[in-house]
Amino acid sequence: MAISVEICKRLHNFSLDISFESNSKRIGILGASGCGKSMALKSIAGIVTPDTGRITVENRTLFDRGNKINLKPQKRNVGYLFQNYALFPTMTVEKNIAAGLKGNKKENAERVREMVEKFHLTGLEKRLPGQLSGGQQQRAALARIMAYEPDVILLDEPFSALDMYLKDRLQQELIQMLEDYEGTVILVSHNRDEVYRFSEELLIIDEGCIVAEGPTKELFRNPVKKEAARLTGCKNFTRVTRIDDHTVMAEEWGTVLKTKRKVPDDVAYAGYRAHDFIPVWGERGENMLKFELESTAALPFEQNYYLKPKNGNNGASVICWFVQREKLDILQKKGMPDYLELDEEKILLLK
Amino acid sequence: MQILEELDWSPLFISLKTGVVATVISFFLGIFAARKVVKASPGKKAVIDGILTLPMVLPPTVAGFFLLLLFSRRRPLGEFLFDEFGFKVVQTWLGCVIAATVIAFPLMYRNARASMEQIDANLVYAGRTLGMSDTRIFWKVIVPTAGPGIASGTILTFARALGEYGATSMLAGNIPGKTGTISQKIAMVIQDGDYLAAGIWVAIVMVIAFFVIFLMNLISGKKMKNIGRW
Repeated sequence: MAISVEICKRLHNFSLDISFESNSKRIGILGASGCGKSMALKSIAGIVTPDTGRITVENRTLFDRGNKINLKPQKRNVGYLFQNYALFPTMTVEKNIAAGLKGNKKENAERVREMVEKFHLTGLEKRLPGQLSGGQQQRAALARIMAYEPDVILLDEPFSALDMYLKDRLQQELIQMLEDYEGTVILVSHNRDEVYRFSEELLIIDEGCIVAEGPTKELFRNPVKKEAARLTGCKNFTRVTRIDDHTVMAEEWGTVLKTKRKVPDDVAYAGYRAHDFIPVWGERGENMLKFELESTAALPFEQNYYLKPKNGNNGASVICWFVQREKLDILQKKGMPDYLELDEEKILLLK
Repeated sequence: MQILEELDWSPLFISLKTGVVATVISFFLGIFAARKVVKASPGKKAVIDGILTLPMVLPPTVAGFFLLLLFSRRRPLGEFLFDEFGFKVVQTWLGCVIAATVIAFPLMYRNARASMEQIDANLVYAGRTLGMSDTRIFWKVIVPTAGPGIASGTILTFARALGEYGATSMLAGNIPGKTGTISQKIAMVIQDGDYLAAGIWVAIVMVIAFFVIFLMNLISGKKMKNIGRW
């Protein structure tokens, strides 16, 4: 067992109550802002103390309320990359990296040199954090953590403070820098793209509870619960009633949907991603929606259509249909389609 | 110029000596108190902060009254200090130092506390997860980061200690060459109607005061270096 976590903690307006075990080296935690995911990381690092629970890493117990074990953060050997990197502002890059080292002067200097090289900080050793760019700060913070050789690295929303155009490059850089790291890395984020590209295994947290967990790609394909689907980026939901093993009635969309996946007995909602609709001109076939156009929005690389389903019941919410630029040409030539088709493989069946 | 040659310079040295010693004591006590208060629970914080700040808000004579109550040799503490260690506080230079320290200490404490409270808690957490002890984090991370605030607190403390009058005159008295500080000297010569001597001492105090403010502006200017001017 690489890592096993069981935490209960009462917070201001809800309770954090999560438990998971994983052998995976790259774990993602996805959740909206303020859902308790940072608190979970802080509990693992020992910055906050859970009310009850147990945390073990590679058979080393960091926290066990029952047996009164609560290691200090200094003894946990858990690295924490803060959202703002938390570099010590009055220390140079070198001194920051050396801050936690315990060896003698010569060993430490050697270790610092090694880290400076590995994290491409050569030439910046004497700079203060305020004189570094966002990306350089992130590398320095990571070098400081790695110099200390932690068993686990926790990444707390590491990209949310960055400009859009930097984000993508730094995400790739971080993944590459962590490539040869043997320990477990846990990434917490509210951004589905970040967790999707980073993690092998994913936990989705909503209001302090795990609503879904599993291999990341599988979880995006079948999020099981409506809240989980929403956090993975699904925009369109409808209440459904089960008709048979492969058919449901989509109440708000006023149509019967055929599904490839077997409909579970306790299905309550169907979800459909905004990019997955197929425009159809002419005859109505199976799994097709009749709609009225409500409004549109032009984005640099896609066009968003907001639609109202026809024949749906009155409470129906707006359907989002996002069309990428390459496909827009067809729409411009042929005009708005008569129907939108739902791919039976891509319909999410949710609780 | 004859008057300058005949001038007894002892008040300047007594004041400077008192100021330096009181500042050194306040520096460590102030940082120590600030650290304790920053970490305390809100209720405790309010009470301790109130007590520590009182000497700054009350008239110095009130502080002088309490100091006399404590250190007079007719009182238990004063008696104990004299009998056990031979320390005499009332009417001595030690009294100057204690009075100046008590009055100036809140400036050090409040400045240190204000700048420590502004420090990102993540710096402390980061230090801890990197295996640094809390003491090491305090001296290596918090104090340097709070540096400009602590520095301006130190200078203000020195200035206040240098000019202390009320509590000093009550506890230490005005013994020329022993406890006679500049502020007491000025009051004394004015009572004698010697405006020339008073003027000279006033000029000396003003030069020192201006120099102190100038130093402080230099330091806070350095702190603001990375922030735009308007």
